[in-house]
Amino acid sequence: MKYSVFSLLKNAFSGHKNWQAAWRNPDPKPEYDIIIVGGGGHGLATAYYLAKEHGLKNIAVLEKSWLGSGNIGRNTTIIRSNYLLPGNNPFYELSMKLWEGLEQDFNFNAMVSQRGVLNLCHTDAQRDAFARRGNGMRIDGVDAELLDAHAVREMYPYFDFENPRFPIKGGLLQRRGGTVRHDAVAWGFARGANMRGVDVIQGCEVQGITIENGKVVGVQTSRGSIKCKKLALCAAGHSSEVASMAGLKLPIESHVLQAFVSEGLKPFIDGVVTFGAGHFYVSQSDKGGLVFGGDLDGYNSYARRGNLPMVEHVVEAGVAMIPAISRVRTLRSWGGVMDMSMDGSPIIDKTSVHGLYLNAGWCYGGFKATPASGFCYAHLIAKDEPHKVATAYRLDRFRRGLMLDEKGQGATPNLH
Amino acid sequence: MLIPCPHCGTRPVEEFTFLGDATVIRPTSLEPSSMDDWMDYVYLRDNPRGNYAEYVQHSGGCRAWLVVTRNTGTHEVHSAVAAKAMKAKP
Repeated sequence: MKYSVFSLLKNAFSGHKNWQAAWRNPDPKPEYDIIIVGGGGHGLATAYYLAKEHGLKNIAVLEKSWLGSGNIGRNTTIIRSNYLLPGNNPFYELSMKLWEGLEQDFNFNAMVSQRGVLNLCHTDAQRDAFARRGNGMRIDGVDAELLDAHAVREMYPYFDFENPRFPIKGGLLQRRGGTVRHDAVAWGFARGANMRGVDVIQGCEVQGITIENGKVVGVQTSRGSIKCKKLALCAAGHSSEVASMAGLKLPIESHVLQAFVSEGLKPFIDGVVTFGAGHFYVSQSDKGGLVFGGDLDGYNSYARRGNLPMVEHVVEAGVAMIPAISRVRTLRSWGGVMDMSMDGSPIIDKTSVHGLYLNAGWCYGGFKATPASGFCYAHLIAKDEPHKVATAYRLDRFRRGLMLDEKGQGATPNLH
Repeated sequence: MLIPCPHCGTRPVEEFTFLGDATVIRPTSLEPSSMDDWMDYVYLRDNPRGNYAEYVQHSGGCRAWLVVTRNTGTHEVHSAVAAKAMKAKP
């Protein structure tokens, strides 16, 4: 069923009793042409674009839990394309363009809201770095504006501009950045893939990968063995575990990142603002809660929860930036498991095993990349060659010394 | 998380700085033929869910380097020993 004002009216007159389920709940077939491991945003987007752009059928997405139970349901919903490196930003800009047309494309309200993403700067050196990044973005055709303190003050007069340690000197603004309703992204892609014949199978955990003569031939799952011609791993957070089933060792560590939501407030912050120097960023959800977060806890973890010192650190930074929120109560906090790669950039590539593809290492930047990640991964799986904006995301870049290190931190996953 | 520092006793996690995997071994050779070993050492990680030995510095205390064994699935800390003592073992 296509969602529209007419379908809404029709169903309103029949008491909303005749809505169809948004996707089927099929049992796994014995064999598929392509199996995607992981029913999160990236996996579902990959299935959607494989079916839509490449006309492929006979595809399954295997999800060990329920759809979107991983990081697509745990992020802070920010989209932006404000990277510096030539290997990175055209990819993120493709993602931004896909976001801009996504809701019409997959006929689902994902609440894409281009409310602007502002990065604050506090020193002359940081402003110079922002000017360089903004120019880099403009070279790639992305919008970027360097604001002085006065312009930031016009937007957010209640920030602590005279903070003794981090006085606000200006910022880099991408007006096309913003937020998206994250769960709806998973649901929209799942529904769109399902409509095109993809089997989206929940509660089906991959427990082993069968390789014969250097080629993938199938997977063992909690619901039996399934054969396949191509196997696409897309289990960020747990990529190392899944890849180890195929004997691969990845340049990735799993780390925990926490996020928080406050009680509902009246409209207060209309964009996304990041205070990178203090490890804090914030936006306000449509329900009124401040959605905010900071940096990694810093130790390897698969626990999906962090520790209290980082909670304290993030809240301190938040109050330093916006003193007015000092008495706002936090409602919820949670943690997600990040695939932290060794250079802070993702991997979309073939592997040494024939027919085995890898999409991993998204660090904490995976949400904004969801459409382009699915688009480029689908291109790689269908055509066996990387999409032109994802040619830098090769697995062998570490061996070849072609790192994509936006932050310049080196091989230190907990500092990216 | 509380970490039992062998010098300072049980201390809270915010006093510690995490470096990472303590099982990787730095190659001694600088020959081009040892590139695979260097690749393993610098970039590749087992990244286990479960027991994990990691280098941790008690940066907010005695500043000693420790090897902490911890469960990455539950955050349960099993042991913390001085990295030097660990290294001295054959």
